Amino acid sequence: MMAVITAGIDMGAKTIKVVLLEDGQKVRARAMELGGTDTRAAGERAFNAALFQAGLRMAEVAHVTATGAGRASAPFAKDSVTEVGAGARGAIFLHPAARTVIDVGAEEGKTLRCDGRGKVIDFAVNEKCAAGAGSFMESMARALEVKLEELGPLALKSGNTIPMNAQCAVFAESEVVTLVHQKHTKEDIAKAVHDAIADRITSMVRKVGFENDVVLIGGVSKNPAFVETMRRNLQTAVNVLPDPEYVGALGAAIVAAENAGVK
Amino acid sequence: MADKKGRYPTEPLKCWDMAKKIREDYYRDYAAAHEKGGLRWAGGAWTFDAIPAGLGDDVFPITSEPYGASCAYDKQFSLRCLEAAEKAGYARDLCAYMRNYWGSILLNQYAFGGPFPKPDFLWQDHICCSHAKWYQVVSELEHGVPHFSIDVSVGPESEINDNKLEYVVGQMHDGIEFLEKTTGRKYDDKLLIRAVKNTCRSTSTWARVCELNKTVPAPLDEKSMYSLYVLGTLQKSSQAVADFYEELLKEVQDRVKRGIAATPNERCRVMSDTQPPWGFLSVFRYLERFGTVSIGSLYTFGLIGAWEVDGNGEWVHRKTPMETGRSINDRDKALRVLAEWELHKPEWQHFYSPHLKSEMMIRIARQWKLDGVMLHYNRGCEGLSLGIAENRLALLKAGFPVMVFEGNMGDEREFDMTRTMARIDAFMETLGMKREFQ
Repeated sequence: MMAVITAGIDMGAKTIKVVLLEDGQKVRARAMELGGTDTRAAGERAFNAALFQAGLRMAEVAHVTATGAGRASAPFAKDSVTEVGAGARGAIFLHPAARTVIDVGAEEGKTLRCDGRGKVIDFAVNEKCAAGAGSFMESMARALEVKLEELGPLALKSGNTIPMNAQCAVFAESEVVTLVHQKHTKEDIAKAVHDAIADRITSMVRKVGFENDVVLIGGVSKNPAFVETMRRNLQTAVNVLPDPEYVGALGAAIVAAENAGVK
Repeated sequence: MADKKGRYPTEPLKCWDMAKKIREDYYRDYAAAHEKGGLRWAGGAWTFDAIPAGLGDDVFPITSEPYGASCAYDKQFSLRCLEAAEKAGYARDLCAYMRNYWGSILLNQYAFGGPFPKPDFLWQDHICCSHAKWYQVVSELEHGVPHFSIDVSVGPESEINDNKLEYVVGQMHDGIEFLEKTTGRKYDDKLLIRAVKNTCRSTSTWARVCELNKTVPAPLDEKSMYSLYVLGTLQKSSQAVADFYEELLKEVQDRVKRGIAATPNERCRVMSDTQPPWGFLSVFRYLERFGTVSIGSLYTFGLIGAWEVDGNGEWVHRKTPMETGRSINDRDKALRVLAEWELHKPEWQHFYSPHLKSEMMIRIARQWKLDGVMLHYNRGCEGLSLGIAENRLALLKAGFPVMVFEGNMGDEREFDMTRTMARIDAFMETLGMKREFQ
C-alpha cells in the first residue's frame, strides 16, 4: 500500500518551515527558508527543498496544512491550523507526556496547556510587544555586537544579576546601550537579557498554570541560557524538543494527515 | 428551525430605526435645550436620572459614558480628545470615557456637531473609584458648574438594610433641594413618580429582552445589543426609552417564536465581559465566521437590566413595583423605590467582591448555554475590570473555556486588532469551531 505523504508549512514571522510526514507517523523531510518580503515565494522554495530531500514530487503530497502568522498566504495549503493548535499537536507527537508547551518564536511567546491528545485547554500569548519573543534577543545581540547564537553561551558565563526594566524591545535596546556605557560586562548584560525574556514568559506560564511535563518549542529554545533561566524560574524540568523550530510545521503536517484521512 | 444546511433564518430588527431616532433626538435635544428655555444637565449613565426629571419635561441630560463611547467610535476625533486631555495633565490610565469626554470639553467640540454644550448642573452618583471625581473635573473645566453627587457605596444587595437605604434616600432628598436651589425651579413630584416608574419599566423590560437570548438560536447578538442597551444608559427614566423597550420585547418575542436568529450559522455561544473596544466592534462580527454568536455579557445584561433570582434559582428579570403592587404615590416613596431598585443593579455588586461577579457570570454561562467566554482586560475601565483575572479563574474552574484579550474601551492606542483576531482564531480552534467563510 502506498504511503500517504502530508505536509505542514509554518509561515512564521521570520522563517518558513516545511515538514513532510509519511502516514502521519514518520518525518520524511524538513526545510527552512527566510521569509523575506515575498513570503509566498519563500514558502515555495522551502517546499521544494523538502520535496527534493525526500525525493518526492508535489503531486505526491496528499494534503498541505498551513500554520503561523502568515498562514493565509501559504502556498499549496488546503487549510490551516493556528500556531497554538499546531504547537500542541507537534509537541504531543514528539513528547506524549507534554502538558505544558512553551513556544517562543521570532514574533511571539506563547504558553499552552493541553491534554494527552493535544487538545488545547488554555493558552496565553504575549501582548502587543516583542519583549517576550525572539526578535527581542536579535536586537539585543545587535546592541551587544555579538552573533545571535553567541548570546546564550555568553550569558551562561555570568553569575551576576542586573535588572532590566524595559517592557519594550526598542527601549530595551537603549537600556543595553546604557549598561554598556556603565561598563557592565557583555556576559552580565547577556544574562540580563535572558532573565528579562524568561521572566516575561514565566509570567505567562504562571497565568495559564503549568502541569508537567513542560516542553519548549520554537527557535528561541535552542538558546541554552534561555532554557536554563526557564528551568530556574519554573523550578521544574524543562524539556527542549528536538528541532524545536519545526514543531509547529510538524503539528500542521499531523493535522494535514488527519484531514487526508490517515488513520 | 435550521434548514438542511443547518442555517437559521435571520432578518434585521424592525425597531432599529426607532432606536437610532431616540439616540439622535437625545443628543440633539441636549444641545438645543436652551433654545426653548430648557435646561441641560450632565452625569454618569448610572446616575439617578429619574430625580432631575422632576424639574420638568424640558430638562435634558447627557450621560458621559455613552458620550465617551460615541467619541471612541470616531477614532480620529477620539484621538484628538485623548490628546487634549493628556495635554491638560490627565493621566493615560484614567477612565477612557472620561478622557474622551473631558477632551471634547477642552476642544470645545461636540461629537454630534458644533461647540460642546455646557451643562447647567452636574448630577452624579458614586460607586466606581473615580465617579464623583469625573464631575469634579467637569465642574472645573466648565468654570464651576454646580455639582451634586450621591454616594451609593453601601455594600452588596445581600447586605442592604434600612439604615443603608436611609443613607441613600436622605442624599436624594438633599439632592432635590440642590436642584431647586440651583435651577430656581419648583420640583414636581408627579414627574418624579412617572420617571421612577419608567426607570423600573425600562430596566425590567431590558432584562426580559436579554432573557430571551437563552433561546437557541439567539435572537440577538451582542453587537446589536450594544446599540439597544445604550438607550437605557442615556435615559432609563424617559417614557420614550421605557416604551421602546416594550416594543423591542414584543419584536424579540416574535423572533423567538419564529426561530429568527441573529447569527444564521449559530453553532457556538460565547459571552464577553466589560465594555468592548468601541472602535473595533467588528470583533463581534468576526465570530460569525466560526458560527459563533456572542449572546451578551454581564455588562450588556446587568448595566441597565434589573434582575433577581426566582424560586428555581434562575436569574430572571426583576418584577417592577407596579407588578408587585407597591404604591409609589409621594416623593419619599418614589425615592425609596428608586434607591432600592438601583442598589440591586448587578453591575454594582462586583465593586464589593469579584466573587459576586463570578457567581453572576457563571450563572449566565450556564443558563444561556455557553461554550466559552471572552474576557476583555479593559485598561480603560478600572471599575469594571476589577477582579477580572479572578473571574477568569472561577469560570475555568466551573468548566468554561476562557480567552482573554487586552484592550481599552475608549483609547484605540491600547488595542491591537490583528493580534486579537489571531487570538480569537486560536480560541475558536480550541472550542472545535472551524472557519466557515473568510
